[in-house]
Amino acid sequence: MANLLGLEVKKIVETPPEEIERVKNWINSEEYKEKNFARQALVINPAHACQPLGAQLVAHGFEGTLPFVHGSQGCASYYRSTLNRHFREPAPAVSDAMTEDGAVFGGQNNLHEGLENAVALYKPKMIAVFTSCMPEVIGDDLTAFIKNARQKGHVPKDMPVPYANTPSFNGTHIHGYDAMLLSILQTLTEGKQVEGRCTGKLNLIAGCDFNTGDYREYKRILKEFGVPVTVLADISDSFDSPCNGTYNIYAGGTPLEDAADSINGKATMSLGPYATPKTFGWIKDNYAGKHVSMPMPMGIEKTDALIMKIAELFGKEVPESIKNERGRAVDAMTDAQQYMHGKKFAVYGDPDYLMGYVSFLLEMGARPYHILCSRGSKKAEKELQGLLDSSMYGKGCKIYMNKDLWHLRSLVMTDPVDAIIGDSHGKFAARDAKIPLFRFGFPVFDRVNMHRSPIIGYQGVINMVSAICNTFLDIKDATCEDRFFELMR
Amino acid sequence: MSDKIKNIDGITKESTEALIAETLSVYPEKAKKKRAPHLGANDQASGSACVKSNKKTVPGVMSARGCAYAGAKGVVWGPIGDMVHVSHGPVGCGWYSWGTRRNLVSGINGVTQFAMQFTSDFQEKDIVYGGDKKLKTLLEEAKGLFPLAKGISVLSECPVGLIGDDINSVAKQSAKELDLPIIPCNCEGFRGVSQSLGHHISNDTIRDYIIETREFAEPSSPYDIALIGDYNIGGDVWAAKSLLEEIGLNVKATWTGDGELDKIAATHQVKLNLIHCYRSMNYMCKVMEEKYGIPWLEFNFFGPTKIRESLRAIAERFDDTIKENVEKVIAKYDPIMQAIIDEYKPRLDGKKVMLLVGGLRPRHTIGAYEDLGMECVGSGYEFAHTDDYDRTAPEMPNATVVYDDPSEYEFEKFVHALKPDLVGSGIKEKYVFQKMGIPFRQMHSWDYSGPYHAYQGFEIFARDVDMAVNSPTWKLVKSPF
Repeated sequence: MANLLGLEVKKIVETPPEEIERVKNWINSEEYKEKNFARQALVINPAHACQPLGAQLVAHGFEGTLPFVHGSQGCASYYRSTLNRHFREPAPAVSDAMTEDGAVFGGQNNLHEGLENAVALYKPKMIAVFTSCMPEVIGDDLTAFIKNARQKGHVPKDMPVPYANTPSFNGTHIHGYDAMLLSILQTLTEGKQVEGRCTGKLNLIAGCDFNTGDYREYKRILKEFGVPVTVLADISDSFDSPCNGTYNIYAGGTPLEDAADSINGKATMSLGPYATPKTFGWIKDNYAGKHVSMPMPMGIEKTDALIMKIAELFGKEVPESIKNERGRAVDAMTDAQQYMHGKKFAVYGDPDYLMGYVSFLLEMGARPYHILCSRGSKKAEKELQGLLDSSMYGKGCKIYMNKDLWHLRSLVMTDPVDAIIGDSHGKFAARDAKIPLFRFGFPVFDRVNMHRSPIIGYQGVINMVSAICNTFLDIKDATCEDRFFELMR
Repeated sequence: MSDKIKNIDGITKESTEALIAETLSVYPEKAKKKRAPHLGANDQASGSACVKSNKKTVPGVMSARGCAYAGAKGVVWGPIGDMVHVSHGPVGCGWYSWGTRRNLVSGINGVTQFAMQFTSDFQEKDIVYGGDKKLKTLLEEAKGLFPLAKGISVLSECPVGLIGDDINSVAKQSAKELDLPIIPCNCEGFRGVSQSLGHHISNDTIRDYIIETREFAEPSSPYDIALIGDYNIGGDVWAAKSLLEEIGLNVKATWTGDGELDKIAATHQVKLNLIHCYRSMNYMCKVMEEKYGIPWLEFNFFGPTKIRESLRAIAERFDDTIKENVEKVIAKYDPIMQAIIDEYKPRLDGKKVMLLVGGLRPRHTIGAYEDLGMECVGSGYEFAHTDDYDRTAPEMPNATVVYDDPSEYEFEKFVHALKPDLVGSGIKEKYVFQKMGIPFRQMHSWDYSGPYHAYQGFEIFARDVDMAVNSPTWKLVKSPF
């Protein structure tokens, strides 16, 4: 029975220490890098997750909304625990627990029973349904299933049940975010357009951003302007709720009425162009008011563009307080530029984040030397190249599209940099290269409160400058020779 | 089995049954009928299960369960450090399970240990045309980039089984060509009802592909044992192994925490299998007993009382040398353990704990809490079977509530009614209860602490439980205004 592989039975032989030493050095070599970059099929340490994760994130951004995974239950547990670990917050979501018989008969029965139970137990105002692999492979017809659910009374007649196909074998979490957001907005705004009505509000789409501090920062900036806003979708309270002795399963989210009325907005702005192209495309065709898609506002220039656009769209002067904020951010940069100037960085993440990192680093006179995107597009590559070409500090910096963090390891071991900007998964390469990792991305499983510290806007600039420069200074203090250890830096 | 019936003030069979009935009242009829047999009041004297288990999760209720893939990747195969484990299918499953179970490994990352994320990252075209070709290529690439890897496991995700790929024949062919054990594991997440089937499938693949393919180089001894069902969470294996060595046993292989493939493959040569997590590895213990005549023994290394009982039970399987060693070791550690108890028990005495964990800890850790003066007022599992609940009955106080695969709704209701001083469960539950101001410890991952096994682990366990229950931060939850 044993040994179905037909391999020879052998005595156990320990690998000789010199062989281990050889391989240990070899994996850091140029030769290994070439072999590593020649990979065609194997992906090692990818920097992206699958679509449904993004779908769940955006669902949490709406009032009273229960994310609902149509598929195997293990999927839901994975998405939930990922969000739990990053935010250190609850992430309530249900699944209809499809199993083998679902593969034969389809998942309609599971979906219907699941909807009925979820409504009874968790009393949501909206259920956002999205799919994992199984129903996508077997070809479940969500449109028909949900229509039938309503007819049979498994969900209340007036309860919105947006749904999105989010196959994990296509795109990444950002595409799932887009698909679910689009479906939610289509569902909620149906029949809500009123000719001539204008809410006077800005609809702000933050994109697939896992930093609750960023959302609060957007709202604060708009408050300074006196511009009323509907954030689509607002996860800030959902994933940063108070500990006060009561658990609220739906702790935050954009009010459904506001989301429905967003179709009558004065303007709609997407700040995650790579994470919300479908949603934004649909909005352009359907929403009243002006439509603007801009980069995620990281660094001074991109934040300036946002501020000026808000002023333009709403016919307002830039408030003094914001002007002063900008000045303080620039002050922080000029004060600290000497600690970052010329330093080389390896950066990786989703395209929207990458544009921001690169922009910010170039503004500081630092070099975004290895730029790596685990799932990128030609368009993203072109935009990144444009940023590099715009600055002398971009010279010699390279872009690696559709590469993973094992490629990144080869890069930082053969062509060293001073630091990595990414998420917690970069810690293995950073440790091997003996350089610091700045966890501005998602997920962060090994530090506290990173998601509360904004990286967008002028405040985000100050936060990033402080984190980076102070870490470099800590390293200097910890590693310099005694005779160079001094009070001032 | 515990000798005396344990009772908790205010908890009776009637009160527990009333609590269950009230909790179920909100369910629709069909779901209520399905859930009712999974909730019960413990009958301590019976020594048998008071709930049904290992049934399909009810759709839509918010279960804590994972899937067969999670059981295979996270529990059985993943902890074997000197292998490359390929998550075969789309990118997500492997990414979510990458480094999130804390099964620590020795060695050098990327050189001799491979605690990384390997995936075939299926795209639409792989679903349409199949992924077998891609698999063959990536196996070659893995061998080329990681020459010291002792083997490769191929862990199927949902689509692989649905599109009819034949990973078994690819593995067989590549194993020959690459002269490397390549283990195909058909652990698609839609199979079975929980992680549990993934454990079983993985045990079967060890049986079919691994065991008996290696032999230990050194001569055998009567004290050769294998440590089974310890996954080295936060270093548990290292704590348990050193204690077993201290009593004179040779720990020839660890399954699978900090596991080495070759040693696992030679485990048919040991004299006794000691199994900690019965749920996930009883299958291979039974196979080795039937096929090679190796007896197996369940033991419990949580808390000094259970450790003492376990060490003596282990000693019974050996000669006087081991028996004497065990008594010496117990005599050595008893005062050390007493000092720990003396430090923490005054702060924990009479405190109540509720548990919801996987397949072992809801019963195995009860003794450790009791060593600290605490009592367990409710316990349940994500993926246990009837034999686990049979083993739970004597450990739980009488008439306390037992829950199998509870929904978050049920668990919240029970906690709300029983008002424990500590909840021990998983990451998905942690922040729910902490928002309520209820102290919590993750009991899958030891909340990034550990080890909790053996004498070494108890000191850390006691410190952590005290830290959780008595942290001054809980006093700040209610604001004065």
